[in-house]
Amino acid sequence: MASSQEDHPLQTQPQPRTLPPPFNTSPAPCVLIAQGAESLLYRTTFLTPTQPAALKVRPEKKWRHPTLDKRLTRQRVLAEARVLVKLSGEGIVAGGGGRKVKDPKKGKEKESGGDGGGEGVGVGALRGVVPAVLGLDWERGWIVMEWIEGVTVKQAIYARDLADEAALKGLLRRIGGVVGLLHKAGVVHGDLTTSNVMLRPTVSSSSTTTEEGEKTKVGDGGDGAGLDGDIALIDFGLATQSISDEDRAVDLYVLERAFGSTHPKEEGLFGEVLEAYGESMGKGGKVVLRRLEDVRMRGRKKSMIG
Amino acid sequence: METITLPHLPNHPLQLLLFRNVKNAAFLRQQLLDGNTDFEYAFLDAAVILSRQHVLAACFKAINGISQGRLKSKNVHSEIVFDMSPNSNISESFRRFGVSDTTKDILAIKVAPKDPAQVEQHLRDSVRGTTIFITDENLASMTDQARIRKAYKVDVVSQEAEAYIIGCIAIKGS
Repeated sequence: MASSQEDHPLQTQPQPRTLPPPFNTSPAPCVLIAQGAESLLYRTTFLTPTQPAALKVRPEKKWRHPTLDKRLTRQRVLAEARVLVKLSGEGIVAGGGGRKVKDPKKGKEKESGGDGGGEGVGVGALRGVVPAVLGLDWERGWIVMEWIEGVTVKQAIYARDLADEAALKGLLRRIGGVVGLLHKAGVVHGDLTTSNVMLRPTVSSSSTTTEEGEKTKVGDGGDGAGLDGDIALIDFGLATQSISDEDRAVDLYVLERAFGSTHPKEEGLFGEVLEAYGESMGKGGKVVLRRLEDVRMRGRKKSMIG
Repeated sequence: METITLPHLPNHPLQLLLFRNVKNAAFLRQQLLDGNTDFEYAFLDAAVILSRQHVLAACFKAINGISQGRLKSKNVHSEIVFDMSPNSNISESFRRFGVSDTTKDILAIKVAPKDPAQVEQHLRDSVRGTTIFITDENLASMTDQARIRKAYKVDVVSQEAEAYIIGCIAIKGS
């Protein structure tokens, strides 16, 4: 039984991950970038050989019943894709759901919904703020998204110039503004941390693509590139479509806690995020911020007692 | 003529030709309706094409579909036309994105041609129009904004809309 030849399962070499087709036979490289509990993230190309893309694979989980595994994978891949497509269509989709998109000015006047949910946020307002979906296969458990250049906000803050507090405040305000837009569009992220917020180099014109992006790429090791750049949100694996104040407040609470523990020295400045959030969320923002105070008192989970 | 090999799909190169001012769209449509096996092409109406990326996204989905044994229509070429559409109605997708009697500009696509030279010759002989380069500019000049707005239910037809439209193609059928 305990023969020495027998490999202990825990001691075997990490198996080379098998990619789902068509990537398993592809001559184009797929480079593993990150790994989470549910999925693997690769950098590759898609549609054209020069377009960088993020391939997110949810490998089969052998310990689950195959039918259940298929269903869960399908649900999760699709949930993420639907949220991203919905967001990329913000302000572009024709007037469904009572949304005023054609004329933002007129829309604002007319909007009287109490929670401010489902308001249009303007033409393509979230374009560039979330990655676009380029392709997916829910049967095989993969999704390909636009590649977001830049560094995570976490890296940027770690590498920041400590003397420049104004730059950090500006960054935090931009984050708050983007989260406000996200919530306004009817989506909560579910896993807001500074690792899931990217700081992408500002691209002056939308037509300049990869080459430009590569050149102006924010440095790898705090080369003074600083805290400038556009905010983009990534990893919508836990995102849900919701306009409830509770979900929104919890989303902010998660970010607040994550920020506090990742950046203890900067914790005191988190108010900037909330302030900008309130501004970009508009009317509904105040209610959410008030609710956030309740959430702080009790934690993320709603008490089920009484 | 242009040959495109999509990343990750090395065995399915695409051969594409863009024709402007096509005079015999009705004839071409009839060949497809008759199931003429000499016309195993995807003929797309260029008026509803936004960009190269837009077409390539549909091609990727179609080819990935056949590789996985999931065809919704007759063959990979009809599947490309079908996959351009944001919904799963086959006849509607052919009506909106395929060639009709009034189609002016046509993008012809052949997947994995056995003899590319012969395919090109056959297309040039059969489609009565002038070929032009498949650039985003040329495609944009052929775009009928109203038809795209209707087909994808969008208010805006621009660069910003491309991401949404490609996303719709990707999640369609779910």
